[in-house]
Formats: sequence, C-alpha cells, structure tokens
Amino acid sequence: MDVRVQEAPFDFGVEANAFAAAQSGMGAVVTFTGIVRDLPDAPLCHMMIEHYPGMTEKALHGIATKAHDRWSLGGSLIIHRFGRLAPDEMIMMVATASRHRKDAFEAAMYLMDYLKSRAPFWKREETAQGSAWVAARDEDEAALIDWSEPHA
Amino acid sequence: MDVLYFAWVRERIGVPRETVQTDAETVLDLVEELRRREDRYEAAFADITALRVAVDQELTEFTAPLKDAREVAFFPPMTGG
Repeated sequence: MDVRVQEAPFDFGVEANAFAAAQSGMGAVVTFTGIVRDLPDAPLCHMMIEHYPGMTEKALHGIATKAHDRWSLGGSLIIHRFGRLAPDEMIMMVATASRHRKDAFEAAMYLMDYLKSRAPFWKREETAQGSAWVAARDEDEAALIDWSEPHA
Repeated sequence: MDVLYFAWVRERIGVPRETVQTDAETVLDLVEELRRREDRYEAAFADITALRVAVDQELTEFTAPLKDAREVAFFPPMTGG
C-alpha cells in the first residue's frame, strides 16, 4: 500500500513500471489515470484542487486498507495531486496488482469510486469567465451504495 | 477547538481555520452557535444538507458529539479523483 498526496506532477509511465516491477507472483496489474478535461462551454484556464492535509492521507490509507481486506492484492498505489493543474495534466492515478485480473480490476474500481466522494479533495474550475466549484455528482454517491451490497 | 473550513464554505466564512471557544455538545449545536454569530456563518450554514463534517479528521454526522474533539471541519461534498 503506497499513498502519495503531492503538488508536483508524476510520471505515469515510470510509476506504472516501478509498481509492476515491485510485484512478485502477480499476474495482473491494473492502472487508472484521471486527467484534467477541458470544458464544453468556456476554455478551462486551470483547475485548482484543494485538500485537507492530514485527513486526506488518513482517508486514502483507510480506503486502500478496505480494498486489501476485500480483494486478494499483492500491492496498491494511489497518487493524488493538489494545487493548480492545467488542462490535460494528470490529476491522479491508482494501480492494483493481483494474481488474477478480476481482483485487480474490481479493487481499482473500488479505490476510484471511494476516493471520488470519500477523500477530502475539492475541485474548482477556472475559466476566463470566472471560477466555479465542481459539484459532486449523484451517480458518484450511488456507486458507493453498489459496493455496500453483499457480493457473492 | 479548531474549526476548519474548505472550498466554498471557506470562501463564505472568509477564513480557512479559527479557534472557537464553545460548550457545544454536538456538531449541530456548534453550527447553531456559529450561525447566531454573524451573517457570513449563516450564509455558509444555511443548508447543512449541502455540507459534510469531519471530527478529528473522520467523516461523521451532524448529530455527532463533540466531547474531547480537537478539530472540526466543514466542507461541501468531496470531488476527488
């Protein structure tokens, strides 16, 4: 379990390779990367990501621990940035490793769903017309309910 | 105790954190106390269904007790990822 909260950019390729190389006996590695998207109406100047230092790290560790309890994982990595990001910059990445692909895929989905609405980050989009906080989406909250249903 | 505000809650209240002397027993009591102080608190706390709260860096409910709490944080629903 490796959790990093940082302002600096990260190199997705280097991180993914290092994560895969650190595993042993794992047949599957799944990665996900979140990228700052431009807006449909007004061009995005940049995105500001605010977070709650201290709680952020605790919340991410808690989410990763739950994923390790639930699936058979050889390792997991969460990197999440804060501060000022330009369009097309990478915001965050997760990586999971398991013996077979199902655990790695499901755990990566779980990490993403939980860190969307249970890790204390807030995004603000800034355009030439002004800035606005990104609203949480109902479907992100609904995704957590799906995970709380008993699994076969 | 230390009270922290994030995102638009911070913008409405005007400070990221402050120390509050209070005997409030629950989060809700603290919210009511703050709302009575000044308009900027009323503006931030007018609709608490739009807010989330953490006590000592753990997400909790507005009904949560504040006994022995060191840090309370108010913020809108989170938008990570």
